[in-house]
Amino acid sequence: MTVFIIRRLLWMALVLLVVSAITFVLLRAVPGGPFNTERGVPAPVQRALEEKFNLTAPLYQQYLKYLSDILVPHITGEEFRRSLTNDYLINVPLPFLGEEAYFRWMNFGPSLRVRSRTVNQIFQENLPVSFQLGLAALVVAVVIGVPSGVVAALKRNTWLDYASMGIAITGVSISIIVSAPVLQYLFGVQWKLLPASGWGTFQQAILPAFALGFTYSALLARLTRASLLQVLDEDYIRTARAKGLSERIVVSLHALKNALIPVVTVIGPLFALLVTGTFVAETIFGIPGMGRYFVTSVTNRDFTVVMGTILLYAGFLVLANMAVDIVYAWLDPRIRLS
Amino acid sequence: MAVAEGNQDLQSSGVSKLDTHLKGESLWASAWKRMLRNRLAIMGLIIILIAVLVAVFADTIALKPFSETDLSSGDSAPYWVTQVFSSMTPVENGGYVKVNNEYPLGADNLGRDIFSRIVYGTRISLLVAFAGPVFALAVGLAVGLTAGYFGGALDNILMRIVDIMYAFPTLLLIILLMTFFRFSTSTPEPGTFTYALGQLDKSTGGMLFIFVGIGLTSWMQMARLVRGQVLSARETEYVESARAMGATTPRIMWRHILPNILGPLIVAETLTIPQYISYEAFLSFIGLGVQVPTPSWGSMISDGSRAISSYPNQAIFPALALFFVMFAFNFLGDGLRDALDPRMRGAD
Repeated sequence: MTVFIIRRLLWMALVLLVVSAITFVLLRAVPGGPFNTERGVPAPVQRALEEKFNLTAPLYQQYLKYLSDILVPHITGEEFRRSLTNDYLINVPLPFLGEEAYFRWMNFGPSLRVRSRTVNQIFQENLPVSFQLGLAALVVAVVIGVPSGVVAALKRNTWLDYASMGIAITGVSISIIVSAPVLQYLFGVQWKLLPASGWGTFQQAILPAFALGFTYSALLARLTRASLLQVLDEDYIRTARAKGLSERIVVSLHALKNALIPVVTVIGPLFALLVTGTFVAETIFGIPGMGRYFVTSVTNRDFTVVMGTILLYAGFLVLANMAVDIVYAWLDPRIRLS
Repeated sequence: MAVAEGNQDLQSSGVSKLDTHLKGESLWASAWKRMLRNRLAIMGLIIILIAVLVAVFADTIALKPFSETDLSSGDSAPYWVTQVFSSMTPVENGGYVKVNNEYPLGADNLGRDIFSRIVYGTRISLLVAFAGPVFALAVGLAVGLTAGYFGGALDNILMRIVDIMYAFPTLLLIILLMTFFRFSTSTPEPGTFTYALGQLDKSTGGMLFIFVGIGLTSWMQMARLVRGQVLSARETEYVESARAMGATTPRIMWRHILPNILGPLIVAETLTIPQYISYEAFLSFIGLGVQVPTPSWGSMISDGSRAISSYPNQAIFPALALFFVMFAFNFLGDGLRDALDPRMRGAD
């Protein structure tokens, strides 16, 4: 098991290294640096800016610098002064080392467009919103998806099964680009039941959470159904029935417990997927989260924000997937052998 | 007599049943029969055929050129639209909507005909639907066949590359690639390779890079699938006998292995088509997809959703078009899976 975990962690490190290298090379290779604006900056100013943001060094040195700024954690005391190039995303106070002692990690550098801000400040402002939205969408997906999958499996080949699987396949066909404007129009504009846009109140979160979560509830329903059907075919279920247990006990105690293992393990990556997939929902519903900010940054060519977001999201997603591999191997010893 | 006749009938029908059975149906014929029984899949197929016709004859069906603007009739809507969307009160009734029945689904803020733009947008979505699988199959087949058939170190290296690419979050990778493509060809020197590439992309309305972007991010699944299929096909007796008869390696791959593994590959690609369509819509939505004024449903929804409280028709109609096409491909894919590979029925 330990060997397995170590191997997975090393593999993850390799993947993230490749991801960061591809991201860095592609975005730095784009000609016309971030300071070549339409207005134009005087040549000496531009040179000074490039110098300041370390854009003149050879590419591999820039990459190593960028990577070490993100990866190497610092423990700072009173001398720490926050600046555009010296700002960290994660700041944990260490009271046992002194009053001003902080553990600081992940410095994504300055934003190239909004000169007075760092990528970390932008993250700190916008990421929590995307997290909340992702969490709300996850709740929607689980609350709708899992029960309808269970019902479909238990009432196999009845109209209930066909109906819920029909809804599931329809749900898979509805991309967020379709569901967001349609929900926004129906509930926000036509029937005026919920606020059509904005963020901050519980009511404002309902529509975007449904738009984002519904597709995944369909996936969860199919997964739950398939998994439960498979478990219901197992010998131990027949044994449980043979010993005369009521169907309710067989299903709830024996079958569901095992059938939900694959469902529970996808929830981690699903959450990561939801948080990192809020681009459309935030843009349409006018939610001030990272997804919307990212879309604007792409248009504005704010490459450090784009690069930082892609790296952070990639790390988050890869980590979530690896965690599932490990949890699964822990739950099901057969996986470790292969 | 009647009994004898009945008997004969029974016999002849039995024989003919036996005959067709003995004659053997090709994979495709029996798959087609199974498919015809699946009403939802047929419905999907019909929707797709209609969409194909619309795309092919877009020039005839569309009422106006997709980029023709008419600022004087910007944001206007026909009478029936103001009835369906009750928040859109016409000017005559004290509202704000200019009624103009020349536009069957209304006009956008530049006065472009939404119906015509949806018709032309069909081209984009269908092109992606067909080009995405072609690209993914081409690269995936090459990698998967090589890795699966030759095995050894080559297999190992290729599959590790696939693993790494697979771990890269697809949506982020495609955003990254499109950002790179779009911005590195936006201001190049004339005469260079990037300039030529940018011009080529421009002449396709931005589709070239979308194909490349989608292709580069979606061949991995195909490569894995092909490799797995080849590994199991390699050990079968028909391959062994082909080898014993002196068939060359390319011939074995092309004539013997490929036809036998094609079914699952087609199923997998058809099931992925809705994803390709939604990638294009997503990219166009965030402004990295097709270039203006090429109409894509994604960019139309993006433009329309900004005015959704005043002119919902501008976002809802392209959204419905996108929904129907994705829906059709999903049902067709499910039907194909059941028809071509009954063992996979109900599996996900």
